[in-house]
Amino acid sequence: MNELVPAFDFQRVFITPWSSDFQGNIWVVLMGFFAITACGLVGQYLVLRRMALVGDAISHSVLPGIVVAFLLLKSRSSGAMFLGALFAAVLTTVLIEFIQKKSRVKQDAAIGIVFTSLFAVGVIMVSLFTSQIDLDLDCVLHGEIINVPLELPFVQMGGIVLGPASVVRMAVVSVITAGLVLVFYRQLLVSSFDPGLAGSLGVNASVVHYALMGWLSVVVVSCFDSVGAILVVAMLILPATTASMVTDRLPWALSSVPLQALLSAFGGFHLATWLNCAIAPAMVVAACGLFALAWVFGPVDGQLAKRRRRRANAAPDPMLSGVAGNS
Amino acid sequence: MPVLRSALLLLLTFALLPTSAQAARVGDVLETSVLDQAIRFFTFRDPSVRYALIGAVLIGVSTGLLGSFIVVRRMAMAGDALSHAVLPGVALGFLWNMSKDPVAIFVGATLAGLLGTAFVSWITSTTRIKEDAALGMVLAGFFSVGLCLMSMIQGLPTGNKSGINSFIFGQAAAIGPADLKLMGIVTVGALLGVTLFYRQLLVSSFDPGFARASGLPVRWVHHGLMLFLAFAVVIALQAVGVVLVSALLIIPAATAYLLTDRMHRMLAIAVAAGVIAGMVGSFVSFLAPALPTGPFIVLASAGLFTAAFLFSPRQGLLLRWWHQRSRNARVACENSLKAIYHVAESHGFKGEGALLRELAERRRSTLEEELARIRSLVATGWATLSDDGAVVYPTPAGWQRASEIVRNHRLWELYLTNAAQISPDHVHEDAEKIEHVLGEEIVRELERRLQFATVDPHGRSIPALGDIRGTAPSRAESTPGFRRSGP
Repeated sequence: MNELVPAFDFQRVFITPWSSDFQGNIWVVLMGFFAITACGLVGQYLVLRRMALVGDAISHSVLPGIVVAFLLLKSRSSGAMFLGALFAAVLTTVLIEFIQKKSRVKQDAAIGIVFTSLFAVGVIMVSLFTSQIDLDLDCVLHGEIINVPLELPFVQMGGIVLGPASVVRMAVVSVITAGLVLVFYRQLLVSSFDPGLAGSLGVNASVVHYALMGWLSVVVVSCFDSVGAILVVAMLILPATTASMVTDRLPWALSSVPLQALLSAFGGFHLATWLNCAIAPAMVVAACGLFALAWVFGPVDGQLAKRRRRRANAAPDPMLSGVAGNS
Repeated sequence: MPVLRSALLLLLTFALLPTSAQAARVGDVLETSVLDQAIRFFTFRDPSVRYALIGAVLIGVSTGLLGSFIVVRRMAMAGDALSHAVLPGVALGFLWNMSKDPVAIFVGATLAGLLGTAFVSWITSTTRIKEDAALGMVLAGFFSVGLCLMSMIQGLPTGNKSGINSFIFGQAAAIGPADLKLMGIVTVGALLGVTLFYRQLLVSSFDPGFARASGLPVRWVHHGLMLFLAFAVVIALQAVGVVLVSALLIIPAATAYLLTDRMHRMLAIAVAAGVIAGMVGSFVSFLAPALPTGPFIVLASAGLFTAAFLFSPRQGLLLRWWHQRSRNARVACENSLKAIYHVAESHGFKGEGALLRELAERRRSTLEEELARIRSLVATGWATLSDDGAVVYPTPAGWQRASEIVRNHRLWELYLTNAAQISPDHVHEDAEKIEHVLGEEIVRELERRLQFATVDPHGRSIPALGDIRGTAPSRAESTPGFRRSGP
């Protein structure tokens, strides 16, 4: 066990990564930050709409779409990948609804059937064509975020070096995501909480639904090769559930996402440096840690706050109420 | 089930036969042709083939049994979360003595899976987080802890690390005798558990309220099911892998769900589907040891599901489509007959047959459309067409059916007007639909209740039984309450 968990060395874990290889490491952390931000923002609405498991399904089933796009178009361009993933995501939602409508199989089983089958197709294709598509099974599982700084040459714009292609792409996607959430805030809010009201206000709930699914697939595919299929689920769901422990208001929950992303990205990076483990899963573990903290200490739905409130309700303390009355 | 049991016995006898001396490991036979390998596979000479096959059968039995309950309880995604949550347990079990010790991995994985399930119910009961989000969190959280541990093990300088990756996407050829012993114990346990507590499981799955009311420990049944589910998931890991093992719980059971209405048959079919899928997977694993087995097992079961989805006798898409098509065709023909009746009625039932032109006018269609409809009517033998194609003559059977349809229509209109107090101008639409499906029994009952009325609400006469049958029993001898015993 001792060789498994290295001794904690502050110098090695927190100082050396930044003093020796700042250029290499900052891109890894930024990639994580942007990925969690984009996923977290979309995920808020998935969790609100009780579609967390549809997000799970789509994040798995984009895999065959990406591989087919690679094989057909012989390119690793973002356009081809987005197209393939979008197609796979639409196929997933359509198949789930088709099975549900045309047989007596219920939604949960339909989701389970569709995404496992599509993911299986993807895994088989990845292992058959590994040499042609520079994706491998490790990449599918937990991504290759460590390779992000190795993507040379860096993207340049107007003579300014911006950074590795995938980081720039992820940054653009998360900025667009934030923009979309701001612009369509009202439509998303109304259709998530009250589809009936949305209809009477002139918001087409099913258009919003499919747009959300489509954008979800774009977000998933842009962080796919650095984070991996299964961990995307965590990045979709965890920021939203953590925020729901801390606040009741959607604007606060949404604006907490970048902060959570920053903490998870840095926390995960240092955790991985300490334990010598894969970085992307470590970022998810850090996000789980944030959730655990919020679960215990969160002011709205945290366990301590709840216990305090219950105690206050059960036995109103005369001293306390006296103090409150005096002040 | 007896078929299954005998198949199981057969495989066990093969396993107990003395191993042939020159039996090679699966990996050594790569150079030979596919046919050679297929022969090798199906003669069960290689011990590793036998292990993989018996493993596939055992896995199919246990996941099919428990998966069926998961599917009917609508807990498919709980199965998914449980199966992802076992990964850290697998890693810790591997760490126990740095080898693929089946017992250590079994214990670790089961504990991790149960802990994951406990976390889901803990989160949903203490916070307002909904179940889907809690499942997703636990699934991904546990899985990433597992991935961290796995990558830490990979980075260790010492120890035999080979084989740990096969737990993620599955490798049926890596099943050994020690694995089989565990699988056997779990499968027998699952069979015993389901047989002994079949009634309790059934009642608590389909009617939890009734189960609670009759004093059944529903909560304990649930916990027991989850425990066995964890066992089943863990023994399937070696062949199917952590990522896709939930598919083996869900897909064979969903296939069976499409094929039958009875729970015990569903269990048997799910077991059979799981066994077939597992065998396909172990065959692929034998042919190409470099490829992961899990995805092939999943695809095989997905193929079975697709077949059931399309061809199931009662639920199948194609058969339902076919039934609907033939029903629509029958309704169209009956409507043509009705139009012929109406034309004949407008001439006071004088002469034979109806002019195609008049039919077309009555139904506001072109002559070509009408001709097409009448041709499909002629094909059923209910009418014949004159040589110039201008007049259509109903056959006796066709005329009887036409009279029946009109009688059904008008009786129903009258019934709606008299009994349900619906105004006469609102009853036509409803009668248009019901006229094709009213059976003889109901028609008799309607006639009796309407006291053998002869005129419908629109003033037209209702074809009487005598007109239809050709043999004319007089109205007077059928009194209310008298039931004719056959034609």
